[in-house]
Parts: sequence; structure tokens; C-alpha cells
Amino acid sequence: MTRNLITPAQNTWCPGCGNFALQHTLKDILAGFEKEGRSLDDVVLVTGIGCHAKIADYLNINSVYTLHGRTIPVATGIKLANPRLTVICCAGDGDAYAEGLDHLIFAAKRNIDITMIVHNNRVYGLTTGQYTPTSPLGFRGKSTPAGTTEYPFNPLELMLASGATYIARGYTRKMPQLAQLIRQGIAHKGFAFIDTLQICASFFNMTEYYQSRVYDLAGHDTADFEKACAKAREWDYNRDAPIALGVFYERALPTFDDRYPARALSAGERSRRIRDLFEMSG
Amino acid sequence: MKEVSVLVGGRAGDGINNAGAMVAQLLNHLGYFVYISVDYPSLIRGGHNFALVRAADEPVGAYNDRIDYLVALNQETIDLHLPHCPDCTVVANADLVKSLQSGQAISVNDILKVESAPPITGNSAMIGAFAKAAGIPWEIAGDVFRRHMPKAADENLRVARRAYDQIRTSRPVPALSGKTHSLLSGNEAIGLGLVAGGLSHYISYPMTPSSTLLHFLAGNAERLGITVIHPENEIGVILMGLGGAAAGAKTAVGTSGGGFCLMTEGLSFAGMAEIPIVIVVSQRTGPSTGLPTYTGQAELQFVLHAGQGEFPRLVVAPADAGEAYRWSAAAMRLAWEYQIPAFVLPDKTLSESTYSVDYDALADLPVADPVLWDGQAPYRRYNDTPSGISPLAFPGRKDAIVKVNSYAHDEDGITTEDAALVTLMAEKRRKKEAKLKEEMDRYPCVSVRGKTDASTALLCWGSVRNACDEVAARLGLRVIQPVVLSPFPDQQFSAACGGVQHLIAVEENATGQLAALAREHGVNTEATILKYDGRPFTPDELLRKVQAVIAP
Repeated sequence: MTRNLITPAQNTWCPGCGNFALQHTLKDILAGFEKEGRSLDDVVLVTGIGCHAKIADYLNINSVYTLHGRTIPVATGIKLANPRLTVICCAGDGDAYAEGLDHLIFAAKRNIDITMIVHNNRVYGLTTGQYTPTSPLGFRGKSTPAGTTEYPFNPLELMLASGATYIARGYTRKMPQLAQLIRQGIAHKGFAFIDTLQICASFFNMTEYYQSRVYDLAGHDTADFEKACAKAREWDYNRDAPIALGVFYERALPTFDDRYPARALSAGERSRRIRDLFEMSG
Repeated sequence: MKEVSVLVGGRAGDGINNAGAMVAQLLNHLGYFVYISVDYPSLIRGGHNFALVRAADEPVGAYNDRIDYLVALNQETIDLHLPHCPDCTVVANADLVKSLQSGQAISVNDILKVESAPPITGNSAMIGAFAKAAGIPWEIAGDVFRRHMPKAADENLRVARRAYDQIRTSRPVPALSGKTHSLLSGNEAIGLGLVAGGLSHYISYPMTPSSTLLHFLAGNAERLGITVIHPENEIGVILMGLGGAAAGAKTAVGTSGGGFCLMTEGLSFAGMAEIPIVIVVSQRTGPSTGLPTYTGQAELQFVLHAGQGEFPRLVVAPADAGEAYRWSAAAMRLAWEYQIPAFVLPDKTLSESTYSVDYDALADLPVADPVLWDGQAPYRRYNDTPSGISPLAFPGRKDAIVKVNSYAHDEDGITTEDAALVTLMAEKRRKKEAKLKEEMDRYPCVSVRGKTDASTALLCWGSVRNACDEVAARLGLRVIQPVVLSPFPDQQFSAACGGVQHLIAVEENATGQLAALAREHGVNTEATILKYDGRPFTPDELLRKVQAVIAP
């Protein structure tokens, strides 16, 4: 059955918000799945808390609207419970890089077969404008009126160090490429990480900055870890530099969920084995 | 009560727990109920290790000050324990115990040499020596070795037999006609109960005293058909658990107080999003890091109130391994029937001690299966029903769009700030709580024991009940033990208190947390006997304290 992919929920993103582009991109990908005969019943969207997360209300598919920072453990639990499901996380940069950073690193370390899309607008939007881990040094937000006193970290470099097996960066104003990066990430068997640059129309509008610096990673060897590291370091989310978009690194490795085969026993067999353990202990 | 207590002591790494378990099995096969404590009485310091086995002709769940046999694998065992039990019968390893005033000794080294057996079989010599000193027939000892030391059974048997033949029976333990029981630790019983209740995923970050539950389930994962995961931290634990449960996997998580602190946001998520989950919180002495390997009962009020907002929760606190099995299974099923978080709240004493359990006496509580969606689209995850329970479907189910949400939401699971909808859904959760309370009234939520018509009663919960049972038997008192603490079993509790004139709360915390809960529900205690040094009440100690309270 073809479904209406957008719910009746009222959309409350600001005009010009980068989230619209991500929503349209995901909607197109989902529509594509349906055309290919893939059931959307097997897709689950997992979101954190923040402006990005409203996408759980707007896309008419299975969703778990979780807590701030906690998309990954929830998604991991879902994937382990039912490996047949396609699990897509949408998280904010505050979500993924601040509140839930530990989970992000561990998802990469485990190579759990989920797709992580970080809506990286480099500012907290829903809480009306504070710096995030990827805001540039000196960013003046409501919690740092004199400017931040710490450098941003580079999420791509972090993911390379943590063992992620698919690392990409997209940009919401390059939608066809973004769609390709996400589709490829979903198809990738293992942990797929897509840092998505998007602007916050209200608190950190970087359109001009990005427009003049982004370029395609054409001809890059995605199997070469050292080259991926070099490319990832080209722009450190702080100083001026060309900003590469595309797949930085991809490799095939066994996934976490593959290592936990389903073991369910019938109720009768289970009772018999419990009884056995009781008897063995006497 | 006929009883015998055996202390097996040696260096850390000597396999004391295993030796203690073998002594317990010998007494089990002699027809006794047994209790093994791996607690450390306060007089012991340093790296000394020992297991205390108490056996009796009726169920026991506490150790006392009296020791009948001292099985000493080293000199320190003699030095530390013998002064406290000068009349006990000593069986010692002559190679390491040099100043033995009384008792018997064998040279383990000589026996190993004669039998060309490896050092690892040395404890079998000590167990064989104890068996003979206690007059346990060799047939029983041999049977226990074959059953419980199946690896290198022949070698162990030869070593044990040689030691057995070198010792004379000095203080025979009479055989009883009682049956042989299963011997399970509280955590093993909780694990098996969870599996009996349908567990498919167990997720936990190591934290004493819950870790042995993680180890037991991980060690038996394949046999029991479950998946066991140890994630990055307790926040990851509960969220991974909730993700799995939202996708249909019956999931439990385990921790102790500090780890549970990290889980409270996830707990509240479970309450709001109506995701079933069982949370095992094994209590140790707090606050903060506290005494990691010692016991306590200070998390009752925390567990009752943890998490922001208001939502229904089940809290059960078993007293022994049998109750732990039965109520863990029930907690699993009730969590799923009502789509709520359910707690199993043991303490260190229960988690790590071993008890005699009769499997055939553990009848399941007749909890209904979860209500599943009938397939009539559209699926509404939070469909409001008279009971407040929404039929379940999981992602992957054909034609179901399952929207789970931590925000206030409508029946479809879409975020809402609409006042009427927010009220409706809060009341939906309240309806579930009312129905749960009604169902719980049909189960034995409050255990009334001892002299059930006595006008003086000991009010207790968790493992403390076992010491209370013994004191009540000696003084002719009633014991009132609520097993279910949320929803509070008001009716059963007031019935249990009928005719009581003197109600004395006995708890291992500093403030009387159950007494406070009882007061909240209209029942006042006359006195509290509290202990908060990390050590469990011994029956002898509690007897003195109760006598002091009830003395005219």
C-alpha cells in the first residue's frame, strides 16, 4: 500500500530551516523504497530531542521520539530485537555530540547496522541559541555572550578514530548529493554516519559561508583510511578552509547485530531448560 | 530447630566459594535446608575470604554468630575465627596451619602427592575431611562430588576419599528425612524468574551486587535462548532496553543504586511512552559509592519516587530465592500486561546468598498475556481504552505505523500540547494503575508469617524477613512482609495488621523507609529497629534488639 508519507501534524520549523530539506530528502528516499517494493513497515525512525526531532511527528512511518542524546542506544535495542528492521536515527549536533557523545562513539566501535544522520546546524535551536560542540571558537550564544572559549571538535575525525565503517558529510542545500549519501548509508551494512551541515535560520545562518566553501569529494579513495583522515582534517569546523562533501570512508566489517543471532526457544523448551538448571543446582 | 553452621576460610583465590558450595551440597543431600552467605562479618578485615554455610531442619535465610565447624585452609582462618567459636570442631590443612590446639588436620600436599593429583583438587581433600568429621556417609559424599564436580570427578573423588579415610568422625551431623533442594543464589533465581516470565534480552553494566545476575545470564544465554548485552553505561543500558522493548523484545536491565541514578530519565521515558521494562536494582550500602560489597535497604523510597512526572510502576521486593524467582517472573509479565516499568528490588544479602528452593512449590501467578493489536488499521499506539491499556504492535508489523513518543502525545503518538489531550493521556496512565492495583489484590502481596494472631508484629521487607522469621518463632510474634511495595497493597496490608497492637519496623536503613511508607498508608509503627552498617541482622542480634523494644 502506498501511504501518505507526511502526517497531519502541524509543521513548526522556522521558515528557511534546514530541516525541511532533510525531511524532503528522507521522504523521497522512503517513496523510492516503496517504488522498489520495499515495505515501509520495516523502517523505524529514531529521533532525539531538538528542532530536528520534530521529523518524528512529521514523517508518517514507525518512529521512536526518544530523549535528548539517546537515539543510538534506543536504535541499537531496536536493531538487536528485530534485525530485519531498517533503523534510521535523526539526531541534532547537541544531541549526538554533547549529551549523547558516548553512545555515538560506541555505536561506531560496535558497528551496529543503523544509519545516523546528524542535523548539524552548529547551534541549539529549540532552546533558542546556545553553542554546541561544533560551534566555532568565539561563538556568541545566549550562554556564552562573550563568545565561546573552546574549540569545536571535528565529528568526522572522531568517527574515524572510533571505528565507524561509513563516514560521510552532506549539506542541505546540495539535496541530490545528500539523498545519495543517505541512501548509500542505509544500504551500508554497519554503522553509517552522515554529518549533515544545515543552517539555523534563526540563530546561526551560515548559508553564505557554506555556499562559498563546499565542494564535492570527487575521485577520493573511500577505502583509504589515511586519506580519509587527511580529508576529514581539511576543515576543522573552526578556521576557514574548503569543506568537502561526500563519502570520506567506507569499509565492510561484521556488524554487532550479526554477532547476536536470534536464539528464541519455544515456551515449552524454555521451561524445560529452566527446570534443568534448578535440578542441576540440587 | 536442629541446625549446623560451617565456616570455610582461606586466602582469596583459594576457591572458598566453591568449597562452601560443596559443603552446602553435602548438607543439602543430608536432608537439610541450607543458606550460604558470602558476607563478611565486621570482625574480619584484610584479604581473608570465607563462606558461611548454615543448615537447618527448616528454611533458613540468615547466618548466626554460632559456628559448629571451622574448615581452615590456612592459619589466618584459625586466628581470625577460632576465638569467636572456641567450641567448634576444626578441620585444617596441616600444611598451612601450624598451631592447631584442637581438632584434626590433614596434609593436603601429601595426599596430592600420593594420588599424583594437581593442586586444584586440594579443596576436595578438605571437603572430604569435613564430610568424615561430620559423619556424612561416603555414599552421599561421593554422590555430591560426582554431581557437582563433574570435571575430573575421579581425581577429586580419590583425593577426597583419601582425606576422608584419614579423619575420624568427631561431631556427627545427623541425617534428616528432608528432600534435597535446588540451591540458588538470589540473583540466579531472579535471572531464572525473568526467563520464566518471557525474558529475551538482558542488558546491564557491571555493578556489585547486581553483577552476578549479569554473569549468570550471560553464562547461560545460549542455554536459555536469550541475548545478553553489556553496553557503555547505565544510560545506554536502559535506553537500549527500551528500544528493544519498543520493538517487541521482553527486556530486563540490572544495576545497583548508583547505576540506577543514571537510569532515571529513561525510567520516566518508559512511564510516558508506556514501554514495558523490568529493572532489577540490587541494593548495597550507600550513599554514593558507599560499601560496594555490603548490604542495605536504602533504595526503597528512591525506587518508589525516581523519575520526573507521575506514572504507574510495579515494585516487588522478594525475601529469598523462591520469592525472587516467582516475583521476577510476575514482574516481567505484569510489565508487559500494563506496559509499565516494573522493579525487582533485592538487597546484597538476597542477591549473593544461596538458598534452598523447591521448584515444585513455585506456582506461577496467573498474569494475563499482553494485549496485542487485532490488525484493524489504523493502528494507534496510545489508543485510549476502558482499562487504559493500548493494544501493542511493534515496528515491522504489517500496516501498523507505530509511533512511540517521550513528549506528551495524542493517541497516535504525535506530540501534542493540547490541554484536553494531555489530561486524557494522564488519566489513561492513571487507569492502568487502578487496574494494576485491582489485579494485584488477587495475588499474595503481603506475607503474614510466624504467629499470625500475635498482637506484636515485626514489619519488614526483603531479605531481613528471614532473620525476622527466626526471631518471631522464638518470641511468638507475627511477621508482616509486604512483597509488593507499589502499587501499595492497602487492603492486604491493613488485613495483615488486624489485631496488631505493637508494630515494630525492622529495616537495614537509617530512616525506616518502609515504616514511612506504611505511615503514608495509615499504619503507624510503634518502634523501629534499624541497622545501617552494611551487615545483615543476625537472628541472635535481632532477638536481643526486639527483646529490648518489647520489654515492659
